[in-house]
Amino acid sequence: MSQMIKVAITVNGQHTTAMVEPRTLLVQYLRDNLNLTATNVGCDTSSCGACTVHLNGEAVKSCTILAVQADGENVTTVEGLANGNEMHPMQQAFMANHGLQCGYCTPGMVMAAISLVKDIPNPTEEDVRIGLEGNLCRCTGYHNIVQSVLAYAEGK
Amino acid sequence: MYPAAFDYKRPESAAEAISLVNEFGDDAKFLAGGHSLLPLMKLRLAQPTVLIDIGRLADLSYIRDAGDHIAIGALTRHKDVETSALLRQHVPLLADAAAHVGDRQVRHRGTIGGSIAHADSASDLPATILALGAKLIAEGIGGRREIPAVDFFKGFLESALLPDELLVEIQVPKMSNAGWSFLKFNRRAQDWAIVGVAAWRDAGNCGVALVNMGSTPILATSVVRAIADGASVTDAAALACAEAEPQSDNNATAEYRTHLAQVLVKRALETCSR
Repeated sequence: MSQMIKVAITVNGQHTTAMVEPRTLLVQYLRDNLNLTATNVGCDTSSCGACTVHLNGEAVKSCTILAVQADGENVTTVEGLANGNEMHPMQQAFMANHGLQCGYCTPGMVMAAISLVKDIPNPTEEDVRIGLEGNLCRCTGYHNIVQSVLAYAEGK
Repeated sequence: MYPAAFDYKRPESAAEAISLVNEFGDDAKFLAGGHSLLPLMKLRLAQPTVLIDIGRLADLSYIRDAGDHIAIGALTRHKDVETSALLRQHVPLLADAAAHVGDRQVRHRGTIGGSIAHADSASDLPATILALGAKLIAEGIGGRREIPAVDFFKGFLESALLPDELLVEIQVPKMSNAGWSFLKFNRRAQDWAIVGVAAWRDAGNCGVALVNMGSTPILATSVVRAIADGASVTDAAALACAEAEPQSDNNATAEYRTHLAQVLVKRALETCSR
């Protein structure tokens, strides 16, 4: 039996705790332990960004972080963005601008985009394109994703 | 994709981390941001049985003015190197190179010490600290020692760190008013460089190092010597690959890399010389 470690992670404002193997990835903790399955696993090699969540308010790739590394920290997933039935303004901007096709990359895109606009409040189109380089859309629907993020930044 | 099973230790201090690595020896690995190590472990290219998580040792995360150099704690994240006002003022080449590492998410987690200790010749920071003539401070049971960057990179993913040593600080000389340029050529955003160049120049003094042009980052000493001897940028750049041993891979042949390195060194030196 391998070592088991107790972790306590605040996820979307809720205190969560579990006994995990040290090798448990944060994305597996979110999906398998907490059943928060909006965060997707794409490439599993920290390239595609589908697994992007916020760790203490910053966008990170949850496939390349161990749950034990997030012990005691604050994690936000795309499930934690809405205020009741009211979607986060970034989610609304993606909807209004058709910033998605199949939707697989969308949770990661939204989380990366919120972190980006926090750091660069008035981004140019180039800022958005470079700032989202860590998120791949295999539908290649980048144009409307970029328009969504710009619309959000303008409408804030 | 899980890594293979391992035991997890979370020391409270650098001293405790060093004591743990002495206890477990070659079976143990330090975990900083994990953005080099965890991908290797998922692919089973690395299989440590003990991980010593130093990621929370806050006293190894700092950027300080130390007179003639800037001292950077090994656990300082790429994001903090990239945005440091102190580095933007005194070592802008390093801050700019850090902004080229991976993508924003990676830079929120990856650390300068982790990247350098990983010693990947395709990474941006090893070549940059080589061009800048930085010093690496390693700490072991017996105390601290200083390793010049030029002696640090020993081979493919191999550094001068002993198995029981922890890289604790990177000391980077101030650049005063030197011109500088960091060029990274790749086909896909966020990818490793097919070839990269880190360069600075202050009249006849310069430093030039190459990314992904051999099993270690390459110091282009022939270029440096030519500039010191008064050669033109074009003539100096023609010597870009004198020390390099480029490999062929899916992205580029060795011949293409050789050509690219000469082009990029010329462009970098032109930017530095303005």
